[in-house]
Amino acid sequence: MTHALTALTMPKFGLAMTEGKLASWTVSVGDTVREGDEVADIETSKITSGYESPASGVLRKQVAQAGETLPVGALLGVVADAEASDAEIEAFIASFKADTEEEGGEDADAASAEPRLVTAGEYTLNVRDAGRRDGVPLLLIHGFGGDLTNWMLNQDVLARHHRVITFDLPGHGASSKDVGDGSVTILAEAVSELLKALNVPRAHIMGHSLGGAIALALLRDYPDTVASLTLIAPAGLGREVNAQGLHDMVEADRTRDMQNALQALVYDKSLVGRKMADNVLKVRRLDGARDALRAIEAACFGNGQQSFDLRPVLDAARIPVTLFWGEEDEILPVTGAKNTPDFVVKHLLPQVGHMPQLEKTAELNRLVEAFLEKSQVAA
Amino acid sequence: MSKKSFRQAINEALRQEMRRDPTVVLMGEDVAGGQGGSSGVKDAWGGVLGVTKGLLTEFGESRVLDTPISEASYIGAAAGAAATGLRPVAELMFVDFVGCCLDQIMNQAAKFRYMFGGKARTPLVIRAMYGAGFNAAAQHSQALYPLFTHIPGLKVVVPSSPYEAKGLLIEAIRDDDPVIFLENKVMYDDEEEVPDEAYTIPFGEANLTREGNDVTIVAIGRMVGMANEAADRLAKQGISCTVLDPRTTFPLDEQTILECVEDTGRLVIVDESSPRCNMACDISALVAEQAFGALKAPIRRVVPPHTPVPFSTPLEKLYMPNADKIELRSNPS
Repeated sequence: MTHALTALTMPKFGLAMTEGKLASWTVSVGDTVREGDEVADIETSKITSGYESPASGVLRKQVAQAGETLPVGALLGVVADAEASDAEIEAFIASFKADTEEEGGEDADAASAEPRLVTAGEYTLNVRDAGRRDGVPLLLIHGFGGDLTNWMLNQDVLARHHRVITFDLPGHGASSKDVGDGSVTILAEAVSELLKALNVPRAHIMGHSLGGAIALALLRDYPDTVASLTLIAPAGLGREVNAQGLHDMVEADRTRDMQNALQALVYDKSLVGRKMADNVLKVRRLDGARDALRAIEAACFGNGQQSFDLRPVLDAARIPVTLFWGEEDEILPVTGAKNTPDFVVKHLLPQVGHMPQLEKTAELNRLVEAFLEKSQVAA
Repeated sequence: MSKKSFRQAINEALRQEMRRDPTVVLMGEDVAGGQGGSSGVKDAWGGVLGVTKGLLTEFGESRVLDTPISEASYIGAAAGAAATGLRPVAELMFVDFVGCCLDQIMNQAAKFRYMFGGKARTPLVIRAMYGAGFNAAAQHSQALYPLFTHIPGLKVVVPSSPYEAKGLLIEAIRDDDPVIFLENKVMYDDEEEVPDEAYTIPFGEANLTREGNDVTIVAIGRMVGMANEAADRLAKQGISCTVLDPRTTFPLDEQTILECVEDTGRLVIVDESSPRCNMACDISALVAEQAFGALKAPIRRVVPPHTPVPFSTPLEKLYMPNADKIELRSNPS
């Protein structure tokens, strides 16, 4: 008889990743794993992150050894039923290797979504559109000073079941640098223009930090476009903000200074290396990038506090809403999650800073998928 | 963003700065190319290696000036133009020709700010090709950045890749001091992702292209790519290297060099300029003085022999540092 055999393969974290290093196995051969369990740590030039098992079973074989650098899609190991024979496992590995040699190894879906420039009203926005075409898409809005790569650990995972769109906000990443008065209202208008340009009448919206405030403003100003809201450490639910921290993230012009500034975003400071700081600096140093951020900073976080209150929008929401917040957030304090309406599904994450999508990737992806599934049914 | 060659990156930097700022002008021998010749075609070449191609067509003869073969006259004119309100980018073609105009650079442009009590500024860029490996013989192959680094009042840039070249050249043009910008002639066809937009890279900040624990390799210009290759090979043998590209030899990012040596305890310096009084000597002295206690082993230098660059291809290969030599010298065992 045949048994369920699942290949563990080198994942693709973000656009630029072509290969990764298997830093270590976190489970041993013979261990039982459940779908979603972290089974290995994968290291790229940008980040180290846990790799989740795509299936439940027993880790039967570690094909790759710790320390090996392998191309995306390469076989790392095999998860299978305890009953599967060693011969079946070996045959599976042999046929996997033969198949990937034919296909060139790379995961076709993940590689197909290259970012492209989209004209949306007066804006030119850098957009990456991934996943299935049917159903209500999920649009991800990054935070202040970020860009679409903030979602590199989320987009392709969520795109297994949904169409998932990420983009650079005006003034950010590779998008055009005009941000008008820099207000949340203007940025929400830009998002609505993007949805129009993509012919998406309605989307699930996931917003992080300032992107969360933009998502709320979108619900306020264009209510028909929002199917559900996933808010991650959103702005707009309190006055308090680490304005100095945000200021440093705009103005830092040396790798070390930027690294220090970015470390305020996470609980585990070791996640922010020089490479990450260098990548942020590359974007900051584009002509007009800092001026755009300064305009948004002045409009949204002038006088050391948040200049807008979107709590009434949340209170009045009549769509599914879920909220994630790291308890160790140093940018927007977790107190913002207090006194939210009962219908909001709240997840407060211990030992997590301002970027749960980076620090608790697996858990967040799983919870968001479950939330979207329920929202689809409700919608 | 798309892949661009080193040549395209420099051309794009010049073009974007000329569009942004009407005071940016180019001058040099053949920067237009074909002008005044018998072909009747203007802008035929865009410099001997095609770096300035198309700029004459877009900006015209009043901003892209083909000069006579007289370095003393046009480098002097560029220094004067910089002191009186323009932002000239003068091309010296081969850096080896600096002997014909050293007074204009060393005694005039570099000194204006100091001789005029801080009241003068000299936003001058001098671009030039440097380096061996092109089979161009002893008079067209030198790596003279130590010579400029030695002169107070000059900033000296030696970019290591297309991305670096574009950002550093835009920074150089916007800088208010004289900047010597040296392009390795072997690298013009190297390609990498370069943003379409204008951007700057600040002077005096080193770039770490590899991060490791065992050895720090400081490499300059074209040597950075070779050092990366050596580091990648050593990584497979379990030796992890930091590769540090200073980007500018003046200002020099002493702090990052010292920090990397403190972290790794070993230093290798790769410099393709002649070995006496070159950057490898300068950086060795810095580390010997300020991080001696961190060193677990003697500093090693990967440099050419003290001889004019040979014309013979096998000898030129032997003369040059390469990844094999760097790998050998960087292996602690």
